[in-house]
Amino acid sequence: MRVNLNVNGEDMTAENVWPGESLLYVLRERLGLPGSKNACEQGECGSCTVYFDGVTACSCMIAAGQAEGRRIRTVEGLAEESGKGSDKKLDTVQDAFVEAGAVQCGFCTPGLLVQTDDLLERTVGQGKPAPDDAEIREALAGNLCRCTGYEKIIDAVHLAAERRAASGSNA
Amino acid sequence: MEFLSPSTLEEALEAKSAHPDGVPIMGGTDVMVELNFDKRRPETLIDLARIPELAEWGPDGEYTRLGAGVPYTRIIENLQKQAPALARASRTVASPQIRNRGTVGGNLGGASPAGDTHPPLLATDAVIELASVRGRRTVAARDFYLSFRTTALQPDELITAILLPAPKGPQQFLKIGTRNAMVISVAGFSLSLDAENRTVGTGLGSVGPTPMRAEAAEEFLTAEFDWESGSVPSEATVRRFGELVASAARPIDDQRGSADYRKHSMSVMARRALSWSVTEYRKGATRCA
Repeated sequence: MRVNLNVNGEDMTAENVWPGESLLYVLRERLGLPGSKNACEQGECGSCTVYFDGVTACSCMIAAGQAEGRRIRTVEGLAEESGKGSDKKLDTVQDAFVEAGAVQCGFCTPGLLVQTDDLLERTVGQGKPAPDDAEIREALAGNLCRCTGYEKIIDAVHLAAERRAASGSNA
Repeated sequence: MEFLSPSTLEEALEAKSAHPDGVPIMGGTDVMVELNFDKRRPETLIDLARIPELAEWGPDGEYTRLGAGVPYTRIIENLQKQAPALARASRTVASPQIRNRGTVGGNLGGASPAGDTHPPLLATDAVIELASVRGRRTVAARDFYLSFRTTALQPDELITAILLPAPKGPQQFLKIGTRNAMVISVAGFSLSLDAENRTVGTGLGSVGPTPMRAEAAEEFLTAEFDWESGSVPSEATVRRFGELVASAARPIDDQRGSADYRKHSMSVMARRALSWSVTEYRKGATRCA
């Protein structure tokens, strides 16, 4: 089947899609967007987290056909907001992860970035207080880091929240 | 494999009637695991995510009508008053990403005895609405689970809604697992006190081939509880209630827990649920007086 979808603001078409394959497979193997990672394929690890019509979801658990006409935002789309083309800058969350040393092997990082972006959108992005440790742990409970670098990840989320709150919005 | 995307319920029911072996998919959090791991190769997938009716909720007489495709996140955000135990159970499901997609309809369709929403549906006497080209019918949750992963749902039917009775007293949900998130329940328990009709409802998960009630425990507490003023039950009453709940369980040993542990945890959860409920009931009784 053919699947038309909007990914990171761009209309795309995936051809020769097997209806039972996942959105994750479509993104990685058919649309050349390998940022979302394929690990557990059962929703346990969160490495494939993307925005699906504005809501975070594990893309491994969305059937390709369900993505027809939908808006997807992947980790590749986070940086786009900060700049364009060769001037593309990393997003606040990405910067914070780098600075806080929240990246070890990096496999879980894309999912954590998207899920963190969502947490910040729902908190400081709406003028609410920055999330505390408990809220961060809850929001990231579905993202596993097998290097177990969770403390640095939580530091990074705090840092990103501070900066995003200071900048007033997701600018 | 054929992928069908009906945009109305009528089309979906026709599709299910034409393809009784077709697998309905909504949030995909169960179905896609089976596809990804090659455990299932259905000839037809029927995507229900484009049918507006399934994603809606609202008052319906004495009930709150919950579309079968409303994700857990929406239930947590919107139905804590209308369905406290179900909202609590929804909060314990997996992770935010899964709660954004998973639905009660999917829990019912999969009918795993470990499904988190079964105990509250049993305890609160919720009603499940099923539809086919032959028409709509309702089945009490208490009559829905027949045997291991087998329910009253017929091959040509879809689960369209869950009717949640307005709460008439405290409702609780407790669950045992190895961590707070991403846990398939080792054992789950829900308790509902109906102050108006003076009845007790229970729901037990992960301790038998199907979700189940502890009817002897319900009868015991219905008779023993001080419905008038909600006085704290004696230690013996609380202990007996826990024992009766545990004795209804028919657990097995598996990788998530031993049968003995599950039975024991069931009695502990039952006692806790009862004590929390009594505290809440007394607050309610004071307010009314």
